[in-house]
Amino acid sequence: MKGIGVSPGIAIGRAFVIKKNAPATNGIVLKNQVEIVAEIERFDISVVNALAEIDAIKNNSQLMLNDDDIAILETQVELINDPQIREDVVAKIEEEKKTANDAMIEVTAGIVALFESMDDEYMRARSADFQDIGNRILKYINRTGDTNNRSFEPDTIVIADDLTPSDTITLDLNLVTGFATQAGSRTSHAAIIAKSKGLPAVVACGDELMTINHNDFIILDGLSGSVYVNPGEDIISRYSAKSASFRQQAEVLKMVKDKPAITADGKQVTLLANISNADDLAMVHDNGGEGVGLFRTEMLFMDRDTFPDEDEQFEFYKKAVLKAKGKPIVIRTIDIGGDKHLSYFNLPTELNPFLGYRAIRISLDQEGLFIVQLKAILRASAFGSVSIMFPMISNVKEIREAKFILNKAKNELLEAGVAFNNDVKVGIMVEIPSAAVTADILAKEVDFFSIGTNDLCQYTLAVDRMNEKITHLYDPFNPGVLRLILNVIEQGRAHNIHVGMCGEMASDPLATLLLLGMGLEEFSMSAVSIPAIKNIIINNSEATAKQVCQQVMAMDSSENVIAYLKEITQ
Amino acid sequence: MITKDYIITSAQGMHARPATQLVKLVKGFKSATSLKKGDKTVKLNSLLNILSLSIKGGETISVIMDGEDEVSAAVIIDDFFTKQLKEL
Repeated sequence: MKGIGVSPGIAIGRAFVIKKNAPATNGIVLKNQVEIVAEIERFDISVVNALAEIDAIKNNSQLMLNDDDIAILETQVELINDPQIREDVVAKIEEEKKTANDAMIEVTAGIVALFESMDDEYMRARSADFQDIGNRILKYINRTGDTNNRSFEPDTIVIADDLTPSDTITLDLNLVTGFATQAGSRTSHAAIIAKSKGLPAVVACGDELMTINHNDFIILDGLSGSVYVNPGEDIISRYSAKSASFRQQAEVLKMVKDKPAITADGKQVTLLANISNADDLAMVHDNGGEGVGLFRTEMLFMDRDTFPDEDEQFEFYKKAVLKAKGKPIVIRTIDIGGDKHLSYFNLPTELNPFLGYRAIRISLDQEGLFIVQLKAILRASAFGSVSIMFPMISNVKEIREAKFILNKAKNELLEAGVAFNNDVKVGIMVEIPSAAVTADILAKEVDFFSIGTNDLCQYTLAVDRMNEKITHLYDPFNPGVLRLILNVIEQGRAHNIHVGMCGEMASDPLATLLLLGMGLEEFSMSAVSIPAIKNIIINNSEATAKQVCQQVMAMDSSENVIAYLKEITQ
Repeated sequence: MITKDYIITSAQGMHARPATQLVKLVKGFKSATSLKKGDKTVKLNSLLNILSLSIKGGETISVIMDGEDEVSAAVIIDDFFTKQLKEL
């Protein structure tokens, strides 16, 4: 069965099924003032006891709580202590003559319903927190004692209808290797805690989950969200292998995550991520990315019927800029055409679409569309560290035209009195051979280059990336491609502009030392690749990298280059 | 009485973590404090009330402080919304 994978990792073990009884109201009507005072007191004492329980969890050194856990517990303290909740409960006891139990159940239900109806996924997920603190106080109101003491065997996988934050925090990680829940969401605290502890977890599995019996053999994949119940040998062996490699990767990540990407001899490199929407940024932060080197904007334009207007684009960019939390974010203007089409925008069928009407060529031709995108990006620049990047530049004229339209966009915003960053950096993708060869000319026009190795390789070698018959010719280690890359980096440095790379090559461990030796200072890749590349940088020196580059640039074929790089990376 | 407007600079908006910090800060003041979003105003001493406003990144809110230490409260509140919030 399948749920939402919220905390990556593979867990293999036996099921421990937890089913909870919902608290029930007793319907008792209080008879007099003495009973009312007693019930209010019962509520207040329960609050004190619930707070003491949280204190005990906080001070339990065996649980090895991290900052995220502590923050969640502190939120619970504030909620249990919340004056508004007390006011509402007391009102029900005093005015409706209800018992503390019934008042608490009703107040909790009201809050849970309010949050479940919100239009924001994060806020909807908070309803579980309110249910949790409601239950916690109810437990003391009814003196039902602590239900958290469960005895787990080693390699237990917890299967539950739902796990409260406190359930999750108190799981013994020496025994529990993962959990799956029937309810929940990506932003529920159970999911957040699982992720911060590195505990594989799957939520929102649906009713089917509760058909699992105690001691069933379970495999769960916290990335894909798959849950296997009593699987066959082939699945077990496949996942055992997956689990081992995941653990190894997680080890690397843990080692390097918070370290800066600096070589043994002190050369600092910036490792950024390529993203397609704001949600990708969580992965960027998790993997230690220092920002975004390429924010593709195409996703916003796909799967719809009309072009998004300026406000909608602005919201899309702003969301990502805010989630970057002040870290740099390079927004690339639209790169449609080639293999990317829009149903509502009539692109002519072309014999050579990759050599045709695409990317900046469309933007410059359709100035009306282009200026809307530029204004939306400029407006988002007021919220963080934004740069603008133009794709598919082949000559200096295109840069000047694009910058001219950018200035127009700025003037329109100035006249309208809308805030934006006037000093927003402007750069280009270097992915057409003419641009790579004339890097010295183009460098005078822009603040930065970003080398797009996928297209650069395809155009330099005259190899269609999509044609399976010639994939063997698509080869970024071809000396012709390497010389172009080296030229771009050298010319960028000579003209004191920043050079990065956002193509696949930036995430290829085989290429890391070579690129470092060429003088590349910024690598942008999918977030999951960052730890492995950082590991290579930390464990090598710039001096070695320079030697590697010298050796490689003297070689006559990509076979020799690849053989040599394989040898030295082992 | 002091009223100040802020744009929420954290992406997730006033989610549980920053809201908890804010409630803790406010509890140290003698002044009555409240938070206004649109036409809704709530007391700032209640985490439930703050969360129930469902304040998102980029939205504008007002903080109202009234009491003997309102000036120093305003300084602390200002630091929270302009600096701390980004890191939470």
